Amino acid sequence: MPEQLLQFLATGVTVGSIYALVGLGFALIYNASDVVNFAQGEFVMLGAMTTVALLNAGLPLALAGVVATLLTALVGLLLERFAIEPAAGASVVSTIIITIGAAIFLRGVVLLLWGKGFHALPPFTGDAPIQFWGATLLPQSLWVLGITALLVVLVRAFFNHTLLGKALLACSFNRNAAQLVGINVRVMLRLAYALSAALGALAGILVAPITFTSYEAGVMLGLKGFSAAIVGGIGNPMGAVAGGLLLGVLESLGAGLISSGYKDAIAFLFVLMVLFFEPTGLFGHKTAERV
Amino acid sequence: MRLLGFSAFAAGVALLPVLFPDNYFVTVVGVSAGLHVILAVGLNLLMGYAGQISLGHAAFFGMGAYASAILTTRYAWPSLLAMAAGLLAAGLIAWLLARPILRLRGHYLAMATLGFGIIVHVVMVQATDWTGGPDGMAGIPPLNLLGWEIDSDRRWYGVVAATALLAIWLSLNIVDSRIGRALRAVRGSEFAARMMGIDTTRAKTQVFVVSALFAAFAGGLFAHQQAFVSPDSFNLLVSVELVIMVVLGGMASTFGAACGAIALTLLNEGLVVFEDYEMLIHGALLMTVMIFLPQGLFVGLNRLGRRLWIAVLSRHGSPPQ
Repeated sequence: MPEQLLQFLATGVTVGSIYALVGLGFALIYNASDVVNFAQGEFVMLGAMTTVALLNAGLPLALAGVVATLLTALVGLLLERFAIEPAAGASVVSTIIITIGAAIFLRGVVLLLWGKGFHALPPFTGDAPIQFWGATLLPQSLWVLGITALLVVLVRAFFNHTLLGKALLACSFNRNAAQLVGINVRVMLRLAYALSAALGALAGILVAPITFTSYEAGVMLGLKGFSAAIVGGIGNPMGAVAGGLLLGVLESLGAGLISSGYKDAIAFLFVLMVLFFEPTGLFGHKTAERV
Repeated sequence: MRLLGFSAFAAGVALLPVLFPDNYFVTVVGVSAGLHVILAVGLNLLMGYAGQISLGHAAFFGMGAYASAILTTRYAWPSLLAMAAGLLAAGLIAWLLARPILRLRGHYLAMATLGFGIIVHVVMVQATDWTGGPDGMAGIPPLNLLGWEIDSDRRWYGVVAATALLAIWLSLNIVDSRIGRALRAVRGSEFAARMMGIDTTRAKTQVFVVSALFAAFAGGLFAHQQAFVSPDSFNLLVSVELVIMVVLGGMASTFGAACGAIALTLLNEGLVVFEDYEMLIHGALLMTVMIFLPQGLFVGLNRLGRRLWIAVLSRHGSPPQ
């Protein structure tokens, strides 16, 4: 039994890392523009599918991954420029629908380009399972954990120690004030979308060797990432990371101990319970409503 | 004015099958459009008037449908009684859910309703003993209205058109009632509404339940009309489409929601021809409409029309309104 629990935990942390990265992307965009980007999951899918396509075109895996990430970042930038920016000042519901429209559009493009098939990426370094205390771990899981940890540290350092990161942070606190101290808010918004898209793409590339990818693969990953961001308290990047890990572990435990078919229901039930008792998430700021 | 609009709409709906009998777009697409009208008008009460988003409304639609499917095929209940049971169940669940869920705001509310919708969908897929699982349930008997069997496309058009008009009429009356005014106050500012002595929790609970009842009712009709239900008809995409109908038509307008429902039904039907391009066009249209007509097609075009009309009037020397 302890071995089994360890196994569920290992699986949960791996999946949770992916949710954390997607949630981090949500938090980045939300901070910068107050928009919840429902196309975030499509960035994940786009990263994986583009890598598959580039790999098939003969590029080595590492190069394909880098190019796919850059291309997805470009898509994020274009999304901001041509769909979010023209709708500045639109209501929450309108922006939600615009990003849902963008998600459907991106899915449509990928469907047209690469069809409905399922694709897998080869694992980065072999697929010989690693044994530890009775549980097994794929080498790819280590890649997922390592790169996620690295990215989280980098994102933190970016916000805390670079001028660009601080400028972006300033935009999230107060866009008008940021503009007044000479920060180019429009450029910062595009940067946030590009960065978030790149994070999503990397998450997609990391997870594609474990789970298959297809034009629809981004939907559930996007929703879980959104859940991670909400559980952590939306707009709190490190909260989103914690939320993602928590969600992944609970989901894996639920699937292993209760029922794998009800896996998604367990995850969302957890999200509902968190919201019922902590209406602004576990690590969210409790702000008073201004009248 | 409102009565005039309603009568014109009703006359149009009644004339269609007379003008085009046995036309596919009237008797088949028309029925599906009518069901969407009931759903959208109900959701609009919650979203448009009370300002509370729901990304899980397909769950209530599904509850109505599955209640009818399970009770008529497994327990041989009469169809009307099964539909009533579906309404009761959906209403009860909505009432229980309303208090904790409507305490949330904005994106948190969106997440919670979305999660609720997904949970209900997972149950439909997984509780195979009850729901038949992903394959769904077939052999649901047609609706029987006190001995009158609704078993042809034309009869279904009649029933759905009549109930859709009833839904519009009910919605118009709710909006103009004391509750309707309370809801609009909640949307403006919940805090201010409470200061005015409105029991905002009660108002929000009421509209949530009413909106769930509209959806469950449409679900019951859907099950009996299709004779088959499966979880695919009640997934997240359907919830999203319902929201799109409301927003496409123009929020806080009953006719807007109805028009949005009809427009999206026709659009989906039209796009089937394009097969692989369907998603691409769908997504692009959605973005374009929301960016350029954020108040929705119905309200946006209405305003545009009024402006043109005023321009024409003033050119001919009449004073503008």
